[in-house]
This record gives sequence, structure tokens and C-alpha cells, in this order.
Amino acid sequence: MASLTPQVTPGTAPGAAPAPAPSRPGRPRRPRVWRGAVLLLAAVYFLVPLIASFVFTVKAPGQGFSLDAYGQIFSAEGFGGSLLLSLGLGVATIVLVLLLTLPAVVAVRLGAPRLRPVLEVVCTLPLVVPPITFVAGISTVLRWGPDYLATTPLYQTMIAVQNPDFPVVLVLAYVVLALPFAYRSLDAGLGAIDVRTLSEAARNLGASWPHVLLRVIIPNMRSAMASASFLTLALVLGEFTIARLLSFETFPNWIYRISGSQAQVSVAVSVFSLLITWLLLLALSSAGARQRSGS
Amino acid sequence: MNGARVEFRGLRRRFGSTVALDGLDLTVEPGELIALLGPSGCGKTTALRCLAGFEQPDEGEVLVDGSDITRVPANRRDAGMVFQSYSLFPNLNARDNVGFGMRVRKAPAARRHARAQELLELVGLPSVGDRYPHQLSGGQQQRVALARALALEPRVLLLDEPLSALDAKVRVTLREEIRRLQLSLGITTIFVTHDQEEALSMADRVAVLRDGRLEQVADPATLYDRPATPFVAEFVGAMNHLPGLVSGDRVTVLGQRLPVEGPSPDSARVDVLVRPEAVLVTPVDASGGEGDGIVMVSSFRGSTARLRVRLDDGTEVLADVPGHDSARFAPGTAVRVGLVERPVLVAARPETAVAAAIPEPDVV
Repeated sequence: MASLTPQVTPGTAPGAAPAPAPSRPGRPRRPRVWRGAVLLLAAVYFLVPLIASFVFTVKAPGQGFSLDAYGQIFSAEGFGGSLLLSLGLGVATIVLVLLLTLPAVVAVRLGAPRLRPVLEVVCTLPLVVPPITFVAGISTVLRWGPDYLATTPLYQTMIAVQNPDFPVVLVLAYVVLALPFAYRSLDAGLGAIDVRTLSEAARNLGASWPHVLLRVIIPNMRSAMASASFLTLALVLGEFTIARLLSFETFPNWIYRISGSQAQVSVAVSVFSLLITWLLLLALSSAGARQRSGS
Repeated sequence: MNGARVEFRGLRRRFGSTVALDGLDLTVEPGELIALLGPSGCGKTTALRCLAGFEQPDEGEVLVDGSDITRVPANRRDAGMVFQSYSLFPNLNARDNVGFGMRVRKAPAARRHARAQELLELVGLPSVGDRYPHQLSGGQQQRVALARALALEPRVLLLDEPLSALDAKVRVTLREEIRRLQLSLGITTIFVTHDQEEALSMADRVAVLRDGRLEQVADPATLYDRPATPFVAEFVGAMNHLPGLVSGDRVTVLGQRLPVEGPSPDSARVDVLVRPEAVLVTPVDASGGEGDGIVMVSSFRGSTARLRVRLDDGTEVLADVPGHDSARFAPGTAVRVGLVERPVLVAARPETAVAAAIPEPDVV
């Protein structure tokens, strides 16, 4: 009934519209200058250290251009082992953090939306705990554990998680560190699809809950999972404090060790690891893009 | 494909302090298309979700062909559902969307594809099998969703406002097509909608819900001509509430004495319920003399134009005139108002109804 009454006040709308119009063409011009300036500043900020590092690795004092430092990376003692260890830790962390967060995020979204702030706070908490505090706690437990658990089967577990060939304790620590990033990515990815309707449609067609998760939700969250994985991998490949204080030679710690004796090689390795990280980023983002164009 | 009989028995469901279903009893006959109609929050979607298994009633039971399915998990119920929108799996093309249910049941790929193609043809989309949901229009997406819901030959089809996100033209075509398919398959169908036109045009019977209870269930013509309650009268179609005085089996309204249809309330002062098409208006200048009221608003609708006439005593009346006549009823025209000589419905005049019937004075 209300729709029959003429509510429109014709005087205001056309009068207001032309006013901002003339200023519009002039608007983008000034920001374009600023945009350029900001871009330039950012470029200088990021590129100068990179270029400086690269120049340092290829120009020894008194000699000319040489890529020797890069050649020496691969023959350097401990390179392969530490890189493989870091990659292995990265993969294990990714698997574990996804197994933990994905079902949790989906379950909260579908079953208990009111718990979402709780989950968010829990997952974000690691950001506010300084790594040094975190590792101090871990090492206290690791010292205390064997003494008190000597007569129980847990003693063997305490030893096993510290196996220098594959320190499970680092994976556990990294899972905690990666939680905020994984949670953010997955929550955003879940927000982009209508999980409730999609899972109800699948349930209606006879799918069990595991089937819904594997066949409906995960395939539609590939790019979110890819970004969660990438952030986690980048975090693990760059983590120094915890591994250093628990005395495991991960890749960053190896770089730190050889920088004392072979400064040029260590910088070359840094540049090299940056390249690896970039390649991984490209690979993961193109995996995400392929999924988007495919669907 | 044979339709099942669906029964809701004393269904109750509350969410916190709001009561979505307050003892709903309704039986849907095999092969029937029934529309659940009501304003938002009336419980119509909750009832459908209880039948689909996405919602558990606090009390009461849902029966399909006599067997209680209230506690059966959603994925083991024999009901296909079409959702409001965005329910196709974005990672699968149309064919795999339609074949999803068969894939869950581990049907071989060849049979799945053949059946999916058959269904896509049934809904008029034989060539979109390879397209992904984002490559389909809204109407096409809902057709694919319909094909997907029918793929497993369910005994009940559930439609949860499947047309509400579509534009007007597509909505009308698709609803005719859904009806045609439903009739040819003979599948029991429950259609939730807040659009009374949709409900009246498609359904065998319309169930009007209000505050989780059934107000009236009847075929569209009965619902429109003989609304059982003032709420139904108000909700289905437009309705005038005119003050009248009952004496005997007749009522005096707008100076006319008309027979009363059905029961009349105890009080003599009543609301007379009259559809806009039963109100006769004639421009005064054609016959000369005094008018009863003045046309305030005229909205052209094509075949008809709906007038809002303010009577001299302040009452407003809605009246329909033929569209080609609308030029004679421009706003400001003085008109004489009468009613078609036909039995009329009357209702008690609660204070609130009086207030609602007389619009605020600033409505111009």
C-alpha cells in the first residue's frame, strides 16, 4: 500500500547530482603523481638492499665480477641437509596446521557461529606471544620432562620429538606460530563461498559429512588453502629464534653459522633462498589461479 | 516417479525466544503441489527445513508415506531440494552438479552422464553440460539446481523460494515450467514463498502460515474469494476494510445493503472486506452532482489501474478500473464509489484493525 504513495521528492535528486560531476575528471590527476612517488619510495626501500646484497656476492674487492659465491653454495657443508630439513618441517607443519584449522573453521561456521570470536582469539594469540617467551617455555619443558618422566613411556616420546634429524618439537612450535595465518586465510576463503547452502545441498543429495568436507568444501577452498600453505612455508623457512635456541640446524641457522666464516656465500644463500621463496609463491598462486579459471 | 504423502504433526520449533513453529499440522497429498505462504518469520522455511532434515523440531513429527522420518539424517531422506540461490557447486560443471547425487551413490560415470544429460534436457538446457555455474545466468542456475534435485527421483520435491532471486520475466517462465514438470512427474512438491502471486498461480493448494501456525489451507480460488481469517484476507491480494453496520443477514456499507457471506460477528459495527475489483467508481462530471470521494493516487498496471480514493469521511478505498479507462481517473478527480452487488465478508472491528484501515492523514 505504501508503494502507491508518491514518496519521491523530485527537486532534490537531480539538483544534487550535477554538483560533484564537474570535479570528477580532475580528481585522478593529482593522486597519479602521489601514486608514482609512493611506488618509487617502496621500490627503493625493497630493492636497494636486494641489489646491494647481490652486488656484494658477485664483486670481491680487487677482483672483477664473479659468480663463484653462488657456485660454492651447493658444495658448502650442511647446505643440502639444512635446506631439506627446513622444507620437511615446512611440509609437516602445513599438513598439521591445515588438518587442525580447516575442520575447526568449517565446524564453527556451520555448527556454532557464536564460537567464531573465541576461535579467532585463540588462533590469533600466538601473534602476541614473543617467540623468545615461547621458546623459553618450550625449553623449560624439554629440560624438565626427561627428569620427571624417566620411568614412563613418555620419556621415549620426549627424546623422540627432539631427534635432530627431524625435530617434531619444531613442527609443533611452528604449527602454533602458523595458526594466525592459516586461520585468516581459511576464514576468508570460507567467507567467499556459501558453505551452509553448499553443504546442505550436498547433504540433500545423500553426501555424508566427510564427503561434504572432501568433495564440496575443500575443492572450493583450494586458493585459500594454497595461501595458508604458502604463508606457513614462508614462516618455517625463515624462522630463526626457536630453532636457534633449541639448537637445531635449520636452513636459517645454517646461513647464520656459515656467515661467520664465509660472508659472501651466506649472503648469496640469502639471495638464493629469496628466489626459492618467490618461485614457491608463484607456483602456489598460479595453482590458485588455475582453480579459479577452472571453476 | 510417484509422489509421497507428507504429514506435519504438531510441529514445534523455537530459536531462543522466538517461536518459528507453534504446532503446525498439515497434510500434503501425493502428487500435490502445495505452497507455504506467509510473511518472513512465519515458519514456512523452518517447516521445509524440518522436512529436509536440516532442522530438528522440538516437538511433533514429520511423516512421509506414514513412516516417521523426524530423526532420519538429512542425507538419508528421499527429498530433492532447490535452494534460494548459489547452491550449485562452483567447482563442478552443470553435468557433474546434476550427477552429484549419483556420484555419492557410486553410479558408474557413463550412466551418471547419460542421466545428467537427460535431466538437463528435461529442464530445457540440453547444451550447458560443460559450463560452470558462474557461466550460467541466474535462471539457468536454478534450472540446473532443479535437474540436480530431480536426478535421484525423490518422492518429495522441496522448493525454498527458488525464484526470489530472479528477475520478473524469468520468474514467470520458470514457475510455469516448474509446474509443468511437477504435473508430468506427479511428484509431491512443497513450495515455500512469500510471493502470493506465485503461490496462487502455481499451487494446487496454498497454506497460509502466521507466527508458526496454519491460518488457512485451501485451493487458490477459495483462498482469494473466501479468506477464513482477516489475516489471510489482508495477506492474499489487496483488501479494503470498510466500516459497516450489520442488521439481520445484511450489512449496510457505503449506503448499500448487501447480503453477508458466512458468519458475522456479534457486534453490529463491523469491517466489511471488499476486494479492489469489487469496488465500482465513476467520475462525477460524467453524470453531474456530488461525488463520494476524490482520487488521491492512480497507479497504472497495464490491464488495470489501481486507484486510491479518499472518501469524504476520511476512509480510503482501493479500487481497480480497466487500464484503458485510467485516463478518466487522474488524481484529483471527484468520483462516486459503490460496490458490486454480491455477498460480502465481514469481520469484527478490533481497535487495531480500525487504526490500520484508516491510513495516516499525511499519505498523499
